[in-house]
Amino acid sequence: MSHHLRVNPITCEAHGMCHELLPERIDLDEWGYPLFDSRPLEPELLDHARRAAQACPTFALLIEREKKPGRA
Amino acid sequence: MILPLASGSLSWYLTRSTGAVALILLSASVALGVADVRRFASQRWPRFVIDALHRNVALLSICFLALHIITSVLDSFTSISLLDAVIPFIGSYRPFWLGLGAVSFDLLIAVTITSLLRQRLGYATWRAVHWLSYASWPIALVHGLGTGSDTKGTWMLTLDLLCLVAVLAAIGTRLGPIWPEHPERGRLTLGGAGAFLVFLAFWVPSGPLATDWAKRSGTPSSNLHHRPIGATR
Amino acid sequence: MIPAAMLAAEPQPTHATAGAELPRLLSSSAPDRATTLEEHLAAHGELAPPRRRGRETGLIAEIDHAGLRGRGGAGFPTARKLRAVAASRKKPVVVLNATEGEPASRKDATLVTSVPHLGLDGAVLAARALGADEVIVAVCETAGESIDALARAIAERGTERHGPRIELRPTPPGYLAGQESALISHLNGGPGLPRFLGPMPFERGVGGRPTMLSNVETYSHIGLIGRHGADWFRELGTDTEPGSALVTISGVVADEGVYEIEWGTRLRALVQAAGGMTAAPRAALLGGYGGTWVGAEHLAELSLSDAALARHGASLGAGVIFLLDGAACPVAETARIVRWMADQSAHQCGPCANGLPALAGELEQLTHGVPAPAAPQRIEALAALVRRRGACGHPDGVSRMALSAIATFPDEFHDHAARGRCEACSAPSRLPLGAIRR
Repeated sequence: MSHHLRVNPITCEAHGMCHELLPERIDLDEWGYPLFDSRPLEPELLDHARRAAQACPTFALLIEREKKPGRA
Repeated sequence: MILPLASGSLSWYLTRSTGAVALILLSASVALGVADVRRFASQRWPRFVIDALHRNVALLSICFLALHIITSVLDSFTSISLLDAVIPFIGSYRPFWLGLGAVSFDLLIAVTITSLLRQRLGYATWRAVHWLSYASWPIALVHGLGTGSDTKGTWMLTLDLLCLVAVLAAIGTRLGPIWPEHPERGRLTLGGAGAFLVFLAFWVPSGPLATDWAKRSGTPSSNLHHRPIGATR
Repeated sequence: MIPAAMLAAEPQPTHATAGAELPRLLSSSAPDRATTLEEHLAAHGELAPPRRRGRETGLIAEIDHAGLRGRGGAGFPTARKLRAVAASRKKPVVVLNATEGEPASRKDATLVTSVPHLGLDGAVLAARALGADEVIVAVCETAGESIDALARAIAERGTERHGPRIELRPTPPGYLAGQESALISHLNGGPGLPRFLGPMPFERGVGGRPTMLSNVETYSHIGLIGRHGADWFRELGTDTEPGSALVTISGVVADEGVYEIEWGTRLRALVQAAGGMTAAPRAALLGGYGGTWVGAEHLAELSLSDAALARHGASLGAGVIFLLDGAACPVAETARIVRWMADQSAHQCGPCANGLPALAGELEQLTHGVPAPAAPQRIEALAALVRRRGACGHPDGVSRMALSAIATFPDEFHDHAARGRCEACSAPSRLPLGAIRR
């Protein structure tokens, strides 16, 4: 089972805590919005990723199991 | 340990001290909350630290609040019941001023529960209830001033003042982004804060700081004649 | 603005089969008014009476065999969508999308004001196939002519026994108002803005019910497939892209307007039908404001099929073809489109709300008096930055269009970066902008 990062771009308000807590995978663009690729999360980063998702003030960061075929 | 706790002085001291600490922590939580929403960050204080600190200080203040309530209930000096902690104005000890504490506590219960259940309730609901924390604080302050036995003490007054300044500064900072877009909200908040300060300026000297406050505030006569060790004049 | 639509296209028989002729959708149209129900039935014949009960799923198989794809821009296979909606046990809703937010497209307005009963037939047939009792017709509230034509057509039909009730619902103007999740949100009483999370429309859409939402042209094709069958539909077009489609052609052609083509038609044949070129084109913008620029060197041999266009990174989208003249400044036109698209953003997502205005700004830099050497790289970087980071496909389209502009007009971009504006920068815009604004 693989886990992937996903962000709800509507609720994301560029707080940037996800980047602080998971800098290995999440960068911020020039306006503070998260940048990450669709590679599966490395197992050792999973706990950090979950913490980052819990820290997000607007619940914008999501951790999904199994690859989704693109945007909803 | 029930006996020492139920003795007049220890639990009474604990009630007062935990109340004071709760006020300090609550004030700190408001300040941190504003720093959080205003996205304060520095090299040594990243966003996630401010955010986690706000949440943890808030929870800690709830813990001290719980101790404050339990010790006041267990204390044999006054007849405060557990119900008085959540249902305002029904008690026999300084009913109005104690009742304010219950009001403040009720608001904090709502804020705490919604925060713990954030994920289920959704962001909008959580945020709407969270605004109540701004109401909870001044009510807690007035409760402390009106009910507290330590109000007349210099150190307590100083603490109260420091907390007041901290929260006012926090609210001022909070208004920063609000004012340009919603000047009427800014004016309303400033007006409310101003009115609160005016109220304190008139009431504190003539109320809690006056010599007959204990009687006027509704202290039962049984408590008026009995002065346990350590109660301030 | 594109003048009144030219309605009939010349027959384009590429197959020898008898009866495989255009026009199909526009065959019963009268100039300057909508066909009445009587005229419509006389031209196309009656629909079979509805069954009293149960879903008429045979139609879905027919549409599947016909190979009909959605005509709203995404080209999703219609039968697959119908099956997805039919899979749910709850009573579905059919939504006919005639909002047409794309400024350079007039095909939906043409269908609605000339042959409204065809689309309504298709929607009713879809409702029968899905067991739906409600058809919602969504049209832009500022499109007075369309609203009138649809209202009259709906009134003419009355409510057929055992048939769905048909309701006209105006929608707010805006490029994104017709986006699927935005439209459903609006129909549910919410803001007409795209959604991100939430159930898929075919599971829970309008009123929490499975929703079949398709373009008015798609339903119009269904209206004909329901009468003539899948084999008839496939007599035109190619094997992989069967049937006919409406396109809106504008720019350097004598007779701008809406034409019906069969898939695979050469662009030059369409241009001929549109009265020929009025000037040599510099390039074509295909698929609308979120589409792709294709240089003139490719246009002579270009076939209008998604398969052929894919070789140039393009697709027909909602059938929009714009031919840019050689005297215009492609950089300035691109800048104007991006600025307009930036204004049309729902402003819900940071990358789009910030990235599109930044992209527009960089393009506009190139049309100013001073050189902007860093602009082209910055444009490419921004276009890459906004892609797939919004809740809907809006930033993706703008990104694609901007990048295709740089690829198609490398010399113009280079010159503007090195020297600043050209003489044509301040010429009036060739494309309709501002007609539909929020």
